[in-house]
Amino acid sequence: MKTKLQKFKESYFFYSFKRDRVAMASFIVLVIFLLMAITAPWISSMNPYDAENIDIMNSEIPPMWMADGSPEFILGTDNMGRDMLSTMFYGLRTSIIIGLGAVALQAFIGIVLGLSAGYMGGKTDAILMRIADIQFSFPYLIMAIFIAAIFQVAFGVGSYERLAVPLLTIIIGLSNWPIFARTIRASVMGEKNKEYVEAARVIGFPRFTIMFRHVLPNSLTSVMVIFTIQVASAVQSEAALSFLGFGMPVTRPSLGSLIRAGQEYIFSGSWWITIFPGLWLVIFVLVINLLGDWLRDVLNPKLYKG
Amino acid sequence: MSHLLEVRDLEVKFALRTGDITAIDNVSFTLDQGERLGLVGESGAGKSVTGFSIINLISKPGFISRGSIHFEGKKISDYSNSQMRTIRGNRISMIFQDPMMTLNPVFTIGYQMIETLQAHQNISKGKARAIALEKLKKVQIPSPEERLDQYPHELSGGMRQRIIIAISLLSDPAIIIADEPTTALDVTIQAEIMDLLQELCETENMGLILITHDLGVVAQVTEKIAVMYAGKIIEFGPTDQVVANPTHPYTIGLIGSIPGSTLPGEELIQIPGMMPTLTDIPPGCAFNPRCELCETICTRETPLLEKKQNGIMAACHMK
Amino acid sequence: MFAFIIRRTLQALVVMLIISLVGFAIKNKIGDPVRDLVGERVTPEEREQIANDMGLNDPFLIQYARFVKQAVKGDLGRSFLYNKPALEVIVKHAPATIELLIGSALIIILVSLPLGVYSALKPRSLLSRFTMSFSTLGVSMPVFFTAILLIYLFAVNLQVLPSYGRGETVDLFGNGYWNTGFLTVDGLKHLILPCISLSSIMLPLFIRLIRSEMMEVLETEYIKYAWAKGLSPRRIWLIHAFKNTLLPVVTVFGVQMGLTFAFTILTELVFQWQGMGFMFLEAVQRADTSLLVAYLVVVGSVFVLVNTIVDILYGFINPTVRIAGTR
Repeated sequence: MKTKLQKFKESYFFYSFKRDRVAMASFIVLVIFLLMAITAPWISSMNPYDAENIDIMNSEIPPMWMADGSPEFILGTDNMGRDMLSTMFYGLRTSIIIGLGAVALQAFIGIVLGLSAGYMGGKTDAILMRIADIQFSFPYLIMAIFIAAIFQVAFGVGSYERLAVPLLTIIIGLSNWPIFARTIRASVMGEKNKEYVEAARVIGFPRFTIMFRHVLPNSLTSVMVIFTIQVASAVQSEAALSFLGFGMPVTRPSLGSLIRAGQEYIFSGSWWITIFPGLWLVIFVLVINLLGDWLRDVLNPKLYKG
Repeated sequence: MSHLLEVRDLEVKFALRTGDITAIDNVSFTLDQGERLGLVGESGAGKSVTGFSIINLISKPGFISRGSIHFEGKKISDYSNSQMRTIRGNRISMIFQDPMMTLNPVFTIGYQMIETLQAHQNISKGKARAIALEKLKKVQIPSPEERLDQYPHELSGGMRQRIIIAISLLSDPAIIIADEPTTALDVTIQAEIMDLLQELCETENMGLILITHDLGVVAQVTEKIAVMYAGKIIEFGPTDQVVANPTHPYTIGLIGSIPGSTLPGEELIQIPGMMPTLTDIPPGCAFNPRCELCETICTRETPLLEKKQNGIMAACHMK
Repeated sequence: MFAFIIRRTLQALVVMLIISLVGFAIKNKIGDPVRDLVGERVTPEEREQIANDMGLNDPFLIQYARFVKQAVKGDLGRSFLYNKPALEVIVKHAPATIELLIGSALIIILVSLPLGVYSALKPRSLLSRFTMSFSTLGVSMPVFFTAILLIYLFAVNLQVLPSYGRGETVDLFGNGYWNTGFLTVDGLKHLILPCISLSSIMLPLFIRLIRSEMMEVLETEYIKYAWAKGLSPRRIWLIHAFKNTLLPVVTVFGVQMGLTFAFTILTELVFQWQGMGFMFLEAVQRADTSLLVAYLVVVGSVFVLVNTIVDILYGFINPTVRIAGTR
């Protein structure tokens, strides 16, 4: 009897992972990013969210290797005097929390609805898919922007900022669940007619048990690929919302808000304020996308690598 | 004596991620002007691959690994793609299985016929249209002028297949390769199409390679028959002989399983088990796990095609 | 076919109704029509009087009906910010956005078609692999960051292109409704960076889409048959395969217009481009509910319209749908 670890090590999954250098490199980089986000409070030289630490006299200091730079601020400081590197760590953290949270919400809603629609068919299916279709025809980013805008107008900028993290998570979460619903539904409809479902029904399991305990695990591979892509998309949506001013406030900036704040400073020469967070964001999203691509290739094997 | 078409020791492999597998092995046959040959076997036996390899159209990742194909004295298995283009649709035409999938849905029938002619000959659109009409009439399509301006989905399955046959006749080819031409059609139309095909081959003196799993059709239309199993030809001979006196145990089973081959009330013969997939071919004779006559030698040595009685060649140790 | 058109149009109407309902609900609960009309310097009694006159204390559904009636006539309320009818403000801002969209669409078509087709035909070539890697990068870069990088490179460092605004525009119809940037060199210069930024995020998508569609088409029976007929490769690829690839791509193009709209808001912000997106952001900042709702209704209607038209057009282009729709 092999342990789960041994089985995993011998699986095709792991084999193809080891062979694909891009996937391995992306995975390592991703893990590094995650570690940085988790340990942000400890590895940062300062807490950029705490106003006490910030000295406006420190603003716009260039990165260490340039003239006027200082080793205290490795990548320089922003317009408020915050250390760039620390702010980037914290910003990454916020982006990940919102990104994962939003996708978890999307997945939850999407899976429950998609599973129900696919398995129960008939009217449930028709209604749920109509709703999904209508929402689908509206691009998710516009929906997110609209919802955010309306919130801000209704409740004022102050309370918006206070509730920013959960609000953003919910907004992004609500704007793109149809993609999960559709994928799961398609997969479930395929599984529905297989023998093990028939068997479970004959044994007398209640409907929901069959749906969640039997059918769902078999439909999960399609969800895994979507999950990675959606996390990348959610992180980008949050960055976009923050850039527009509907996201994290300037006092607790995420990468998007940093880019926004730094934009005008490229004209006065302090390019690092906007460029560094931008590159940070791009690399992060890039590795997620690369892993998602690899995952998609691995989970849909074609006999011939064309 | 040189034949119109000569296939010798043909071997086709597929290059997969996990290694190469052999799809057809040691296939040889000849075809003369006006001769009709049937390639029979189950799905996966290799008959379509054989048909495609004649005009070098095997889907990737397949490739010809050994053997040769000669047509009109030239070695076409060595031809480049642009050389093959002069043969395809011109000297050797092919008919595919499902006429709905074969015709491009976004172009009219006329368009698809005229372009075929213009690809091989330097003729004007008007002339090409005239030839197209002539061929449509040959396949007995009602109101041919209208058909030219219609789209594939506006026509019935039987008509579509007639059109495909008409297309294959456009350049007056020497050979037609028909890959399961009637499988996708209604039973009532099947007979009509096969009759048409046979008649055309006789009147135009064209060779025919009929690839099918339908023994009844083969028995009627062809003069020679090659039975394929797991990528090899296991029986080869004149059609009437093979049908009346099948030699190889597999062929015996095949013939015996045709409804009508046994007396009313008798059980139809069934062959237990299934044909192996290309990756699971057993050592020795590929048929040995299912064969009643199997002996030790059958599991060790692969039998070669040898002359047995009645002018039939079969690959069997026991016969 | 006719039934298909009717069905599709009805569906469109339903969605429009929902949009208008949502828009109206927002306006009702959040907006302040009295302020929009008379500004802020009115006494509470006067406000109450005006509110009654305007019918603001009527039941919800009656107000909604009124809203729809007015909307159909073209009256979407008044912008507090600009002190003009909301619809007029939107229409004045529209040309800037439309020109941005046209410019990017041109870039997308001219670049994605050849690259997509090429990488489908020769997937292992250097150019194809380079294109595919680049496309993963393109998808990972937020449109606003691409814009900023472009500005930094071309406007700040190299100083060859302008960094904001539309530049010199020409009044096309002489009535101030359409100021175009396409007719002056300066206007064109201002168009370059924004259009490149906007197309940068859609390009990878389209290249990948065209590539995968074409690869799928290349595996079909009728393409194989075309080979069997001995047609030339160029004909098979560029005529047979291409036409069949275009059909699904065109539908996606229509759908993606929506996403592009979202990206125009971002691009307009970076380049201070006075289009609809920019106007939208202003409206949010200044809590101009009328304008906001008007924007929502207009944009929503445009989406629905475009989607519906694309669907119906697809039915015309693709002959198989034409007949299938009547069954």
